[in-house]
Amino acid sequence: MTGAGTWSLGESDHQRITELLHGLLHECSARCALLVDRTGQLLAQAGEQLQFDPTAFASLTAADFSANDQLAKMIGEAEFASLFHQGEKESMYLADVARRVILVVLFDERTTVGLVRLRVRRTVLDLSKVFEELFSRYASGRQPQRPLLEGADDEIDKLFGD
Amino acid sequence: MINYASREINCKLVYYGPGLGGKTTNLEYIYSKVAPDTRGKMVSLATETERTLFFDFLPVDLGTVRGFKTRFHLYTVPGQVYYNASRKLILKGVDGIVFVADSQIERMEANIESMQNLYDNMAQYGYDLTKIPFVVQYNKRDLPNAAPIKDLQGALNPGWPVEDPAKQKPTADPFRPGEQVVFDVDGAWVERAPYFESVAVTGDGVFDTLKAIAKLVLKTLS
Repeated sequence: MTGAGTWSLGESDHQRITELLHGLLHECSARCALLVDRTGQLLAQAGEQLQFDPTAFASLTAADFSANDQLAKMIGEAEFASLFHQGEKESMYLADVARRVILVVLFDERTTVGLVRLRVRRTVLDLSKVFEELFSRYASGRQPQRPLLEGADDEIDKLFGD
Repeated sequence: MINYASREINCKLVYYGPGLGGKTTNLEYIYSKVAPDTRGKMVSLATETERTLFFDFLPVDLGTVRGFKTRFHLYTVPGQVYYNASRKLILKGVDGIVFVADSQIERMEANIESMQNLYDNMAQYGYDLTKIPFVVQYNKRDLPNAAPIKDLQGALNPGWPVEDPAKQKPTADPFRPGEQVVFDVDGAWVERAPYFESVAVTGDGVFDTLKAIAKLVLKTLS
């Protein structure tokens, strides 16, 4: 591992995660669900088409969660495992997954925060299993086998006009 | 982070350095020059006086390698000393660092303090600055009170010892013909970070710096 945040998300894991997000939306009638890693990168999304820039949203989500994490520590809590931002019409609920990823659920008056919180709790457990398994594969060295861009030096040079 | 489902390589680059050194200006210049279809929205969490409070953020696509879109997420940190808590948060998961130094002689102390702070904050995450892609940009080269590059290099980028015998050999600076990034100093092998001169307000050196750090990050995957 060279870059501090290097890891990868395979297609089968992505599919499993997306299925879990769809299941959550079905159960709690929320508008959409996103999964963002702690460095601010969007991993997956499900539900309604977003009307905003998802990349900027993911970055701000990670910053929001990180800042609140530090606030938690200041008041003597290990973490705030979940956050709730209430708007007049639109609200969002954020929950930690395996200390590496953040689940964000956007919802409106068609559901309640109570129901969202209840369903998120179970989805977080399911997602945690997927990510713990994924990260343990890294820790054990079972993945990745070879660097993705192995032998692509020429292509990289070309990309930068050298 | 490599996403095989969306065929994307996402990399996080952080522009670090003392307050008013030109980090935000680097991103603003990139934003103004990159084609709108290859960049996303620029987000700035700043105070009313446009000082960075938390961070600036700009995602840019730099092309495709092996069928994967390369997306670089550019962040700045707040340079002011008392924002260290938020500055440290931005380093989480960083893939490459650009240290933007203010070349003015009067800002030498601020540069040194910020560089030390960078090493400290990286160490607290368990990251080793000497092992991840890292470049130094000397900004404001157009100002009459800019310190000589030699002095800035001596203070901010003198190099770190090379312990690995396999790496103890003269290594050319890929970005500066005729210069070396690994060299012998009185029998001891030293490696320094590549460096660039810039005038961020006019864009001089801004893309050279970005291309260099992006390339170094992608090469870690090759």
